Amino acid sequence: MTDWLTPAEWQAVRLSVKVSLWAVAASLPLGVLVAYALARWRFPGHGLLNGLVHLPLVLPPVVTGYLLLLTFGRRGTVGQFLDQWFGITFAFRWTGAALAAAIMAFPLMVRAIRLAIEAVDPKLEQAASTLGASRVWVFLTVTLPLILPGILAGMVLAFAKAMGEFGATITFVSNIPGQTQTLPSAIYAFLQVPGGEGAAARLVMIAIVIAMAALFLSEWIARAVARRIGGG
Amino acid sequence: MLSLAIRHRFAGFTLDAAFDAPAGLTALFGQSGSGKTTIINAVAGLMRPDQGRIEAGGLVLSDSTTGRFLPPHRRSLGYVFQEARLFPHLTVRQNLLYGRWFARGRQGAEMARIVEMLGIGPLLLRRPGALSGGERQRVALGRAILSNPRILLMDEPLAALDEARKAEILPYLERLRDETGLPILYVSHSPAEVARLATTVVLIDAGRVTAAGPAGAILSDPATAPLLGLREAGAIISARVEAQEGDGLTRLGTAAGPVWLPQVDAAPGTALRLRILAQDVMLARTRPEGISALNVLAVTIRDLTPIGDSGMLVRLEAGGEALLARITRRSATALGLAPGQSLYAVLKAVSVAPGSVGIGSVS
Repeated sequence: MTDWLTPAEWQAVRLSVKVSLWAVAASLPLGVLVAYALARWRFPGHGLLNGLVHLPLVLPPVVTGYLLLLTFGRRGTVGQFLDQWFGITFAFRWTGAALAAAIMAFPLMVRAIRLAIEAVDPKLEQAASTLGASRVWVFLTVTLPLILPGILAGMVLAFAKAMGEFGATITFVSNIPGQTQTLPSAIYAFLQVPGGEGAAARLVMIAIVIAMAALFLSEWIARAVARRIGGG
Repeated sequence: MLSLAIRHRFAGFTLDAAFDAPAGLTALFGQSGSGKTTIINAVAGLMRPDQGRIEAGGLVLSDSTTGRFLPPHRRSLGYVFQEARLFPHLTVRQNLLYGRWFARGRQGAEMARIVEMLGIGPLLLRRPGALSGGERQRVALGRAILSNPRILLMDEPLAALDEARKAEILPYLERLRDETGLPILYVSHSPAEVARLATTVVLIDAGRVTAAGPAGAILSDPATAPLLGLREAGAIISARVEAQEGDGLTRLGTAAGPVWLPQVDAAPGTALRLRILAQDVMLARTRPEGISALNVLAVTIRDLTPIGDSGMLVRLEAGGEALLARITRRSATALGLAPGQSLYAVLKAVSVAPGSVGIGSVS
């Protein structure tokens, strides 16, 4: 495989997968919590939270990237704080690319999980509570297993979105080979130089294959879960 | 023992109910929308009443004066819902063990015995999606019992089932009532179910308790007849199998006298409950002769209650048991019926179910 792709191309693919996996894994707990809150709780600011979560979906990605730069950049308030106290730096690092990807993919993840939670009959959760399960146990033993297909679907969607994220990433962490040059950034970079079409085409193929594989995987999981729940 | 006194205001409707549910099966009977389900949900902790106090087996579940309100999972009550509400992602066995797992540390009913009692052994490895309605409801019963509850709550557990499935579940409910000794609070709007299962009856009308007491007394009270529906009004009395006679009849002993029924499959000594509808009782001034009816009881009139345009409900007493007869007002006048009079009651039909009317009368 390494002789099929140049080291630079290979590096971009590996970085993209790493960034996307981290983006999905790190945002999943928050995604489930926010989806649960939006689906089941009524509280002041419900609409505001919903709007905030969906904002990256409708804002120009450049705007999101710029806002990230202002907030999490070296001079940004949050960025400075995290750097000084925890040694976590986002600006111009792969971690920043993961943050940008996570934020851009968050609405898709939350939507999928929220739909799954709304499809769970609260009567089942009530039944579990009368059988002695506290709220946490109800969630772990009833709600969570029932929304697992939705969570997996949300994760796959978010992964695919993170793999393709371009605008916010390049604005926030630039396009540094080996550091922040993800698959889309690499394709863009190859298209900027004469003779780069070949490399770009190979990366495009890989992007398509990864996206298709993700979709098939999510379909297969959903069907397997449905069979398990519906069947005898 | 469950003691309850609650008040709750809804838009355009106020629930104000107080009653005690002793051991045995206490039926909450009333029309749809009368507040029965609200009461049972308040007991379960799924709904918090504005005011009042609920106590079960010495444990205060909620008390508005102290602000105490135990969440459902800390009440140890088994709740059987109208729809079985089994967990679709778990097998029957896992469903059965669900409540038991949270009840760990407390000694509970034995799994094998409950599975055998409910006849669900062959289903253990299946998932709820592959069960019939009746099977699901039996599993739901087992799941509730195995959570080792203080009290069983049932909200119309048969309402979603057809007649055949109901007939399949009823014997299990009777066994549950008679064998586990768990107090059961049972919501129903079916007079037939109440007459067959209840040991205590609480009548609910428009959010209020209109009558409460032993099933025999409440069901034979003329005042409750309009609530039950005239066709369903009638008495239930305790009986005991005395002998299987040669001609295919079974002799039953009751406090009111012997009753013969076609072949009741039960050993001598078995306690039974007889339901005698008011419309199936004929009255005669003298002991009828030359009549095909086998079951004639000597009775005394307690009171007479006019009902409808032309009817008369006659409450009768026989050896301490209450009976109810529905006749026409014209007949009542023609016979010159008055309280205290001795008469003969001819039973045209008697339906029989296992179990006794009052837990107290089982020796």
